[in-house]
Amino acid sequence: MTHDATIDWIKPTPAGLYVAPGDFYIDPTRAVDRAVITHGHSDHARPGHRKILATRETLAIMEARYGADLLSERQALAYGELMTVNGVSVRLAPAGHILGSAQVVLEYGGRRVVVSGDYKRRPDATCASFEPQPCDVFVTEATFGLPVFRHPPDGEEIGKLLHSLKLFPERSHLVGVYPLGKCQRVIMLLRAAGYDAPIYLHGGVVSLYDLYRSHGVALGDLRLVANAAKADLAGAVVLAPPSALADRWSRRLVDPVTAMASGWMRVKQRAKQQGVELPLVISDHADWDELTATIAEVDAPNVWVTHGREEALVHLCKQQGRDARALAVVGFEEEGS
Amino acid sequence: MIRFARLLDSLIYSPSRNTKLRLLKDYFATTPDPARGYALAALTDGLEFRYVKSGLIRELVVGKVDPVLFELSYDFVGDLAETASLIWPAPAELPNNQSAPDVADVVETLQSASRGTAAKLLAGWFDRLDATGRWALIKLISGALRVGVSARLAKLALAEFGNIDVATIDELWHGLTPPYAALFAWLEQRGPRPVVDESVNFRPMMLAMPLEETELAGLNPSDFRAEWKWDGIRVQIIAKPGIRRLYSRTGDDIAAAFPNIVDALAFDAVLDGELLVRRADGEIGTFNDLQQRLNRKAVTVALSTDYPAFVRLYDILFHGREDLRSLPFSERRRRLEAWHGNVGAPVVTRFDLSPLIHFASWDGLRKRRIEDMPRSAEGLMLKRADSLYVAGRPKGPWFKWKREARTVDTVLMYAQRGHGKRSSFYSDFTFGCWRAGADGEAPQLVPVGKAYFGFTDEELARLDRWVRSHTVNSFGPVREVEPHLVVELAFDSVHRSTRHKSGLALRFPRVYRIRWDKPAAEADTLDALTRHIE
Ligand SMILES: [Zn+2]
Ligand SMILES: [Zn+2]
Repeated sequence: MTHDATIDWIKPTPAGLYVAPGDFYIDPTRAVDRAVITHGHSDHARPGHRKILATRETLAIMEARYGADLLSERQALAYGELMTVNGVSVRLAPAGHILGSAQVVLEYGGRRVVVSGDYKRRPDATCASFEPQPCDVFVTEATFGLPVFRHPPDGEEIGKLLHSLKLFPERSHLVGVYPLGKCQRVIMLLRAAGYDAPIYLHGGVVSLYDLYRSHGVALGDLRLVANAAKADLAGAVVLAPPSALADRWSRRLVDPVTAMASGWMRVKQRAKQQGVELPLVISDHADWDELTATIAEVDAPNVWVTHGREEALVHLCKQQGRDARALAVVGFEEEGS
Repeated sequence: MIRFARLLDSLIYSPSRNTKLRLLKDYFATTPDPARGYALAALTDGLEFRYVKSGLIRELVVGKVDPVLFELSYDFVGDLAETASLIWPAPAELPNNQSAPDVADVVETLQSASRGTAAKLLAGWFDRLDATGRWALIKLISGALRVGVSARLAKLALAEFGNIDVATIDELWHGLTPPYAALFAWLEQRGPRPVVDESVNFRPMMLAMPLEETELAGLNPSDFRAEWKWDGIRVQIIAKPGIRRLYSRTGDDIAAAFPNIVDALAFDAVLDGELLVRRADGEIGTFNDLQQRLNRKAVTVALSTDYPAFVRLYDILFHGREDLRSLPFSERRRRLEAWHGNVGAPVVTRFDLSPLIHFASWDGLRKRRIEDMPRSAEGLMLKRADSLYVAGRPKGPWFKWKREARTVDTVLMYAQRGHGKRSSFYSDFTFGCWRAGADGEAPQLVPVGKAYFGFTDEELARLDRWVRSHTVNSFGPVREVEPHLVVELAFDSVHRSTRHKSGLALRFPRVYRIRWDKPAAEADTLDALTRHIE
């Protein structure tokens, strides 16, 4: 493994990370000729590229979100499958973030660069687990790149929701979730905790559940809030996009307890500002311990930090003798935190 | 500690007052002594730990985690207690004989701890608590819970818990000490009413409601007495053989800062008045002059002679053992004047009477308020002649008719993220006025003051967005913004100050109106502000 002075074939550009010999971008922020997409969140998977390489699941998510005609030439690559683009070898490895999420493992001139996209390390029933890839350069996200972020075990957090359902059996429990990934994960966590009652969904989070089902994620009995009688919503779990929490829409619920499932809920002041009464620290991003453990595990001499609070992670890497820098890649907006 | 942590945690997430009351009552009902008593003390600011300062928490944490990581985290979270509790690297496993500490353990141990051991104790407890537990512990020991519960609300919950009037709690309060076991026993009807020597206790003061001028039409001038509302510190004096107390409105004994007053307390009465200072020129000093005195723990001879303090009396509550509070104001006033006429010269030099203002009509009084108001007054007090002296702020008997606030149009210059619940908002603002440029140079903005309140939550959200999209420079947590937004500040007065570049300082600046519409060039100049100097 060696320092990146010699690795100049991948670099940040205004359009995103560019792999020069292969002439393609990873998660480009604007429409380009050739793109490799790590996962389906909108800040990574934008429409309009001429050629797209991604996992089958990510392509399906993009198609569901943007329609087939916005995506011209698609090529699916399964986890572990190898492909060569102008001498650059490209492989996708599971990132554990959401369904279909992948790390991009690139090899060229005897050097290996891994672009992790977004990732987490704890198990998630809706996607394959992260597989660490030793490398020369590790490009890591840093959404929760501060040591105050330590997500508690998911089971504990779902336990809080179930406890509140027992305390307030007459109130709707409105949980804010990002539509892609978090929504399905929270459903699976509830099911794993033995909760098999119908779960009600806001129209803004339903679009992807057929897709998840067709990829083998068994979500149980899901219903639309719009079709439910008010009485059914008393004591029910209702999932909605965060933007709907304070919306007039929520008036159709029964005296709702407002919950929010997000890594940001770790900071009380943040939760409070958003008017959340029941914060649930459930995140699809690595927390501080996961980030630092992963960097140690892939043991890359060069770490490029992007996407979040880069400074602390760069500082830590430098203390460990790694060559670390913050990559200013604009355009990422933390969908699915 | 876990129960207490849960209580605080639920309190901060509960927006409604009723829910908070319910949570508090529930806590009092289900938590044993002495834990609940110490929790009550914490909620009413009744706990103080000599060797625990907020610097200690920071020191402890920085000893355990990288200081750079700590600073970055603190800047993000915005609240020290929360940052420390989240970042603390607790051991993955504890020896199994260790459990989370109890509130009572914490309080009692810390109160008897020496300077050297406090840090070690805290570190041990931090290891045995989760993040929320640590957060509650830090709040407990730092004396400012800030969980949206005032001491008032806590006492109200206590009164509801015991099914008694809150005024009864107030009467007893200053004679009781944590953990209030006797009080809880009485509230639960397990014991007698606690006996406190009430004669030396602070009596909750009677306060005035702000007057809406439209209300005057419905009031009969002959029912009222008027006097100036002096701009000092409202105090209650309790003097009897062996007892000399000077209480502020919140019931704090501030006697130590005013030894000359204490020397003059050679009588037997409970009085209500305004603490003021006199300047060298014989004029009554401003609130600023007084503030200088209050901030000192020990008073130098120079301070006492430069700014001799005195009390301007409004009312008499007790004369000897006789409780006068149930007499009408006009009768108490007669008794006050009689008392003052008979005390000796040493008392009179430190105590004078707030004169009554004679008036026949509201218009006449309004005219006097505009034309004759002394500089050291901040408005008028109207008191019904038949008003009894009762605790709190009843509607009807007393009104305060305040001077209108002065305002100035300033330009927003800097913004800083707030703390507490505003930690992710730019909510602490620095404002400036224009200073004319010399010889045709462009005018320059000079900071004149900071303000943190006076805006609604919606305005705050809008200001925050404005700051983020108009930042030209960042210095740590501070952002410099484009000098485009005009904000009208209200303030009580202006003073000369060497600490500010402008040479001026505003007293009680607060945001009065945000002038989204007004061009910055039309904001006020320093000269305009200078004209308000007293
Ligand atoms: Zn993502
Ligand atoms: Zn992302």
